[in-house]
Amino acid sequence: MKQTDILEIRALIVSHKRWDVAFGIVGLLSLMVGVLTFAALFVDMALDGAGRLSLDFFTSFPSRKPGQAGILSAWVGSTLVMIVTAAAAVPLGVGAGVYLEEYAPRNWMTDLIEINVTNLAGVPSIIYGLLALGLFVYGLGLGQSILTAGLTLALLILPVVIVATREAIRSIPAAIREGAYALGATKWQVTSNHILPYSLAGILTGVIIGMARAIGETAPVITIGALTFIAFLPAAPLTGDPPAGLFDWILSPFTVMPIQMFNWTSRPEAAFHQNAAAAGLVLVVMTLSMNALAIYIRYRLRRKIKW
Amino acid sequence: MVAVPAVEVAPVAAAAGPAPSMKSESRGLSFYYGSFQALKNISMPIYEKKVTALIGPSGCGKSTYLRCFNRMHDLYPGNRYEGQIMLYPDNTNVLNPVVDPIEVRMRISMVFQKPNPFPKSIYENVAYGLRVRGARARAQLDEKVEEALRGAALWEEVKNRLSDLAFNLSGGQQQRLCIARALATNPEILLFDEPTSALDPIATASIEQLIAELKEKVTILIVTHNMQQAARVSDYTAYMYLGELIEFDATDTIFIKPKNKQTEDYITGRFG
Repeated sequence: MKQTDILEIRALIVSHKRWDVAFGIVGLLSLMVGVLTFAALFVDMALDGAGRLSLDFFTSFPSRKPGQAGILSAWVGSTLVMIVTAAAAVPLGVGAGVYLEEYAPRNWMTDLIEINVTNLAGVPSIIYGLLALGLFVYGLGLGQSILTAGLTLALLILPVVIVATREAIRSIPAAIREGAYALGATKWQVTSNHILPYSLAGILTGVIIGMARAIGETAPVITIGALTFIAFLPAAPLTGDPPAGLFDWILSPFTVMPIQMFNWTSRPEAAFHQNAAAAGLVLVVMTLSMNALAIYIRYRLRRKIKW
Repeated sequence: MVAVPAVEVAPVAAAAGPAPSMKSESRGLSFYYGSFQALKNISMPIYEKKVTALIGPSGCGKSTYLRCFNRMHDLYPGNRYEGQIMLYPDNTNVLNPVVDPIEVRMRISMVFQKPNPFPKSIYENVAYGLRVRGARARAQLDEKVEEALRGAALWEEVKNRLSDLAFNLSGGQQQRLCIARALATNPEILLFDEPTSALDPIATASIEQLIAELKEKVTILIVTHNMQQAARVSDYTAYMYLGELIEFDATDTIFIKPKNKQTEDYITGRFG
């Protein structure tokens, strides 16, 4: 090749590579907009609220005096609601996901259901709140209780759990499934001995991500009538008269973290805004730790599995 | 539904000695993926405790044919069989819709193209077929697992690490593990779907040697894209092309003096 040709090729490569650099910069900037915005908000909130964080803040009920107010009823409420949410969403979501992937016949009906499940994830959460108000609160008479809130949020995250379950199941190679069937396993044996254990990591990740979304939901919980000011805790689990009394807590009124925050931000006194920032900080940390847990679980369970 | 066999298979005298008995036989077998006919009217015997190789170019239907024997196609919608696969001596038609595919798979085991161990321990991989059959007694499982691993020439290599994950084995060991898994339940027929295509030459040689040993105990049907492999391991060979059985005969005959011009072209490398 002639020297001039080589120089020409080099010039061409240099000019093409400019686009690499250009796109790299644009991509980095786009990323920074998201990351820095969140970081700025978080730091701002942390600066406002950090001063209020103390043991007392976690062990005090809300109060008219901002300095004495705490988030006890809110974090207990959020925790209990999450327990109900998980208890309802996991079996329903995993069951539905497994059915759709492993059992459902491939026909237009299944396709329709699949499309609807995906669409459900896009339904505004307030709609779930209205549904729950009509169905759980009045229809089934469950009241404005932890149970109602848990079931409502379970409905809300059900599509997330179903989709995560299906994705996890789909990532299992066909060869593994065939290997099990070839040994004479039934559908249920394949599902329980292989499909579920191997997709556990993905399913748990989806469940936790869904819960992290649910814990921050405000609109549906307000719609069903969660209290904004509550100065008592639900009966401690398993303390009432057995058998029914053991679950007294599930029907008690409650509040959750975001509602507590909302309540404080809507007050005129600046000191309450500090409380709101502190509660927000706790909520963000709760959410991020759930995400971290999801990542850890995925890492732990996937170590055993290499396809 | 009753189809006339496309190829008349004359009784074949394999080398010297008494004619082997038939373990299985496909009669006028056709298979459809939806509206696409992948197998056309295939009739052919599978002799007991012999190795029968299926050869032919990609897409000729040899794997499709193999997977009819354990009704693997039932796992996917839109598939349809015609004709029969008889299993002897009990005269069961494997393809009969009233015969449960699970029953068929309990009698006919399969080893796949790529080693596909479960992400479980070596022990649990081999024991799985037994567990599916409800085996619980530890002593009995231990014994069967050891027997199967010895049968697959893997016991000496893994006996001290049965609780290790199967993924920690090499590719060739994984494939022998899959063979042990298929053997543990004492199948009547063992199906091999290109078992060495993902393996290096040394691992391939050990699998081939294993197949030669296994035919003492079990009837073997093997799909291979490698003609030399068919020549090395099999007693009978079937050459398939575009879903049809072109020729079936003793392996020596197929490779030395095939009756069909198409077979000869393929064997000699002029085609395929």
